Amino acid sequence: MGPLLLSRLQFFWVVALHILLPAFTVGLASYIAVLEGLYLATKKPVFLGTSRFWTRIFAVSFGMGVVSGIVMPFQFGTNWSRYADATANVLGPLFAYEGLMAFFLEATFLGVLLFGRKLVPAWMHTLAAVMVAVGTLFSSFWILAANSWMHTPAGYRVQDGRFFPQDWVALIFNPSFPYRLLHTVTGFYITTAFVVVGVAAWHLRRGSAVAEARTMQLMGFGLLALLVPLQIALGDLHGLNTLEHQPAKIAAMEANWETRGHMPLLLFAWPDEQAEQNRLELAVPELGSLILRHDPAGEVRGLKDWPREDRPPVAIPFFAFRLMVGVGVLMLAMVAASWWLRWRGRLEAAWFQRLCVLCAPLGFVAVIAGWVTTEVGRQPWVVYGLLRTRDALSPSITTGDVTVSLAVYIVAYLFMFGMGLAFMLRLMRKGPDTQPPAHEHEPSEQARPARPLSGAREAS
Amino acid sequence: MNIDLVPLWAGIIALAVFMYVLLDGFDLGVGMLFGFAPDESARDLMMASVAPIWDGNETWLVLGSMGLLAAFPAAFAVLMPALYFPILVMLIGLVFRGVAFEFRVLSGTRQGLWNRAFQWGSLAATYAQGVVLGNYVQGFAVSGREFAGTSLDWVRPFPLLVGAGLVYGYGLLGACWLVLKTEGHLQQWARRWALRLLVGVLAFIAMVSIWTPFMQEGIYRRWFSWPNTALLAPVPLITAGLAWWAWSSLRKGRDAAPFLAALGLFAMCYLGLGISLFPLVVPYALTLHQAAAAPDSQVFLGLGTLFLLPIILMYTGWSYWVFRGKVRADAGYGAH
Repeated sequence: MGPLLLSRLQFFWVVALHILLPAFTVGLASYIAVLEGLYLATKKPVFLGTSRFWTRIFAVSFGMGVVSGIVMPFQFGTNWSRYADATANVLGPLFAYEGLMAFFLEATFLGVLLFGRKLVPAWMHTLAAVMVAVGTLFSSFWILAANSWMHTPAGYRVQDGRFFPQDWVALIFNPSFPYRLLHTVTGFYITTAFVVVGVAAWHLRRGSAVAEARTMQLMGFGLLALLVPLQIALGDLHGLNTLEHQPAKIAAMEANWETRGHMPLLLFAWPDEQAEQNRLELAVPELGSLILRHDPAGEVRGLKDWPREDRPPVAIPFFAFRLMVGVGVLMLAMVAASWWLRWRGRLEAAWFQRLCVLCAPLGFVAVIAGWVTTEVGRQPWVVYGLLRTRDALSPSITTGDVTVSLAVYIVAYLFMFGMGLAFMLRLMRKGPDTQPPAHEHEPSEQARPARPLSGAREAS
Repeated sequence: MNIDLVPLWAGIIALAVFMYVLLDGFDLGVGMLFGFAPDESARDLMMASVAPIWDGNETWLVLGSMGLLAAFPAAFAVLMPALYFPILVMLIGLVFRGVAFEFRVLSGTRQGLWNRAFQWGSLAATYAQGVVLGNYVQGFAVSGREFAGTSLDWVRPFPLLVGAGLVYGYGLLGACWLVLKTEGHLQQWARRWALRLLVGVLAFIAMVSIWTPFMQEGIYRRWFSWPNTALLAPVPLITAGLAWWAWSSLRKGRDAAPFLAALGLFAMCYLGLGISLFPLVVPYALTLHQAAAAPDSQVFLGLGTLFLLPIILMYTGWSYWVFRGKVRADAGYGAH
């Protein structure tokens, strides 16, 4: 393996593990802000208990997100310096705006959210929670604007192999950005909601913290009833947008080799890139055209339209896409079942609550599968149609260099993420304190931070 | 647009890097001293003194690096691959230092493991940053807009020395921060460390100041040609004055003065570095103007930065205000 493939594996590894954390914390930050707001308005202890419980878990996951996030921008330079130099004029400001608008906001107000409950007035503490949530959304905005530009570049001109900005509005609001932003952030919210519902189910099954758990399931399934159908619609729109701007990606996702009308939808196939055909096809006739063209006779381009060196890998996007869609269907079934059971008064049936626990990690699967679909489907380009991934690599790095760094990232992340997951599961199992300590909200000049300041303990 | 924003951007990035060095400098210093702390309750206090602010402090590193990418892309594209391994070590150090804040408290009986992660993570990140700085001063092999050396070029005596110097430097900032934020035995302990580290810092400043001009002729000429020597004389003189202030205020048992003096020492070293290298952004190959991004990009980001930076400084200041005063162990968290 040369430095190119190793660098791609390294980027996959550090992003894939990092993305698990925003997938969870973007939604969780908003959830905590809502809980804090509800507590401020109603003073009901159930909201405080629930908020404190999730804030402890948020502290751990957000800390991991921060440290694994800092690794990312350096990857652009260490391993992809030609990409950095070529795209910096258009993407550099977007990354920098993420830091300016999002990271400082999150980091600063996180300190107040975790450790400031006794030091600032209650409304200001709620405001800090809102600021953290807003920060995570700003962050999503800028990073997805930059990512979308790499898929559907706009508002630029090319000079001497480098990109120059021409129209910032067109550049930021490039064709795939609105769809990608909505699809991704909705996916993050759904991911969080399934974790909340699953953790609540775990506690309902053992009869601990029942009031908090019921609140979590009501809020969680309420949000999911809205977002899961919306997400399926957004996914359809995003797919149509991709068909328009990145038809080769769609061809790979559908393992469609020939340009044709009446395209079937493949439920399963084994794509053979050498032979340019599929084996073991299981297909529904005309459904592919119907989904992509909203017309059973609609023509869809096939992979053979592109020279081999311009085609993305087929098997990875094909299977990753099916995994994502499969998870989406399962989520829809869970949400429908929850409202049916609630209507019949059997929501807390043991079998269903057990299912909820098992479904808690579903969102992460869908997020990773969707991300793999879109990024592998962009290959062999790093900037679609303009800059090849192989031309983006740092010229100086060697196989040995990247072997060492990749090994270090694998070992360090396995250890760090493994421990982090274990700690979060422990906090989730411990559950909310059903008896919040008295005198909770009296700001006191006396109370400077004392014993080990950990968000996880502080919020307890 | 005819305005030349290169000087403004040089200033913004210089500010971001300086803020990072000062702010994460004292966090990392506290982290390195962690292993020498007298007992576990002292370690609790040390960690508590930086827990609410370290994340914001580290964010200046993101601004510095992303600002460099946006405003001086050629510099980013040369420096990052040239410093491949020092940056790897720094990032892994920062990862373990960062998660140790939460993990240490949650790990129960294995607290010692995360104590060590906090200490060694801080040390690795600091030493790697010193190596980055030393290499920066010594310069890079460049061809066109690309790094032309190998990923092991950084292994040179001068950067390895600067790495050790920065360990003492951040250690001094951390010790002085603890003098400011603690009281009683822990404060006295921090004061003794600050005095020891101050001696080391001054020795390293002297070594680096002598070595640098003899390593690079341009730097020699800048400092030792007339009338520069006279005009620049205040730099070493003020440094000496600050060193004296740090020493005497530590001896007199002052709370805040040693920290201010240590910040001042860093400011003077940073200024000296700027004087030596200006107007280069990749020593000794690319000037600020040669590495600059398209003017449109600098304007687009510049407008937002000029608007956002004061707001960031305001709420950062506010959060330091919220967590002001001594960290105490008896602040009545009976609920725990």
